[in-house]
Amino acid sequence: MNWMRDPTAETLSIMRARLKPLLSLTGKTVGLFDIGKTRTDEFFNQVELRLRERGIATKRVGKPTNAKVATPENLAKISSEVDVVIIGLSD
Amino acid sequence: MAERLEAKHKGGVLVSRKIDYAPDEDPEEMCYQRGWTDGLPVTPPTDARVLRMLKGTPRKADEVIGKIPPYLAPCTIEKIAINAVMAGCKPEYMPVLLAVMEAALEPVFTLHGVLATTYFSGPVIIVNGPVVKTIGMNCGINALGQGNRANMTIGRALNLIVRNVGGGRPGEADRATLGAPSKIGLCFAEDESDAEWEPLSVARGFKHGVSTVTLFQGHGVEAFVDQKSRTPEGLSKSFATHLMRMGHLRLTQSARAIVVLSPEHYRIYKEASWGRREIERALYEATIRPGREILAGLDGIGEGVPASRADEMIPKFHDDGIVVVRAGGPAGLFSGVLPGWLAGRNKTELQLVTKEIKS
Repeated sequence: MNWMRDPTAETLSIMRARLKPLLSLTGKTVGLFDIGKTRTDEFFNQVELRLRERGIATKRVGKPTNAKVATPENLAKISSEVDVVIIGLSD
Repeated sequence: MAERLEAKHKGGVLVSRKIDYAPDEDPEEMCYQRGWTDGLPVTPPTDARVLRMLKGTPRKADEVIGKIPPYLAPCTIEKIAINAVMAGCKPEYMPVLLAVMEAALEPVFTLHGVLATTYFSGPVIIVNGPVVKTIGMNCGINALGQGNRANMTIGRALNLIVRNVGGGRPGEADRATLGAPSKIGLCFAEDESDAEWEPLSVARGFKHGVSTVTLFQGHGVEAFVDQKSRTPEGLSKSFATHLMRMGHLRLTQSARAIVVLSPEHYRIYKEASWGRREIERALYEATIRPGREILAGLDGIGEGVPASRADEMIPKFHDDGIVVVRAGGPAGLFSGVLPGWLAGRNKTELQLVTKEIKS
């Protein structure tokens, strides 16, 4: 038998249980996650307006630049501050 | 025979998983089937080939050089050697490739972002110093094109490592709208044959005679043609007409670009005693425009800056955003432009990274 060597990291996928979707936003805080792209604030201003009209609390969260990934510390902090996030993905 | 025997007896130093194949199976096709290629054939990484590649560096095969995005998998020298084999590298390229990896993993290079962006960018590699001659890189005719093994395979090896070790694949973490052929690998050397020219490595703080790699987040190449300008001032303004169109004429966030200056264009600067600093400064200044010329909505074109910036003089690039590299064949009043990734709206967010090539 011939063989060659595996060029990958040989890591295994691990299935993690997802949180169940929220049935209601009543009493919850929605994080508006700015990934650092231009004009995100304009978009989120409108989203925030709509949510507040419905009495839903919001909090602005995010990362400073779209060029870099969010740090685990930042994500942990956000998850402790809000119940759910909306991510603004583009310009 | 000697290599087969060595593989038989030393193959045990390799710890990567063995992928068996029967005598009538085609290992190249197996690499395709397993998703290990960039679409071009790869050299199957047999023990003999991987052991030969590892001879290109004194570093231990089990040394971890860092975590490769997007999935941050630890990467050993052995995994680098395996992917270098697949890319078609020779063992003597290993020190260059290891310096490339160290540069790519600097946070300010933003390798994850370069992979994941919807933009065209990928890693662009420029090699300086004596190593260029040692491994026979091309900085002359067709320097940005095909035909030279080191130029073609070093950049490819980096991208295969991101694909295979990091898990970065198009349509998955790689979200490029169109991508670019340069994402297979774009690596070339600077022409340092003129002693009056300050090499990129020296401009970036290394001594003459030190071999380096410089990594840039870009793609290319775009053609710039000017066969009539004969003064450095005129040629710089001419370059600016092209550079200002990078991405879009009215975009002002186009952080950086590399100008690959051909010998015939360089001659115009040299005859006027202009060096790197003068050229880069002139190009930067020539790409500053009145805001009122690039307003959103002018001529019915939506792209542009808001009306509130009409009275500003707006730079296209960061003040250190245009970098000149000399390369190319002796004939042709053409130069190349390698546009940078548009994500660098703040100049500290992402930058070129230069590393010394050691071993």
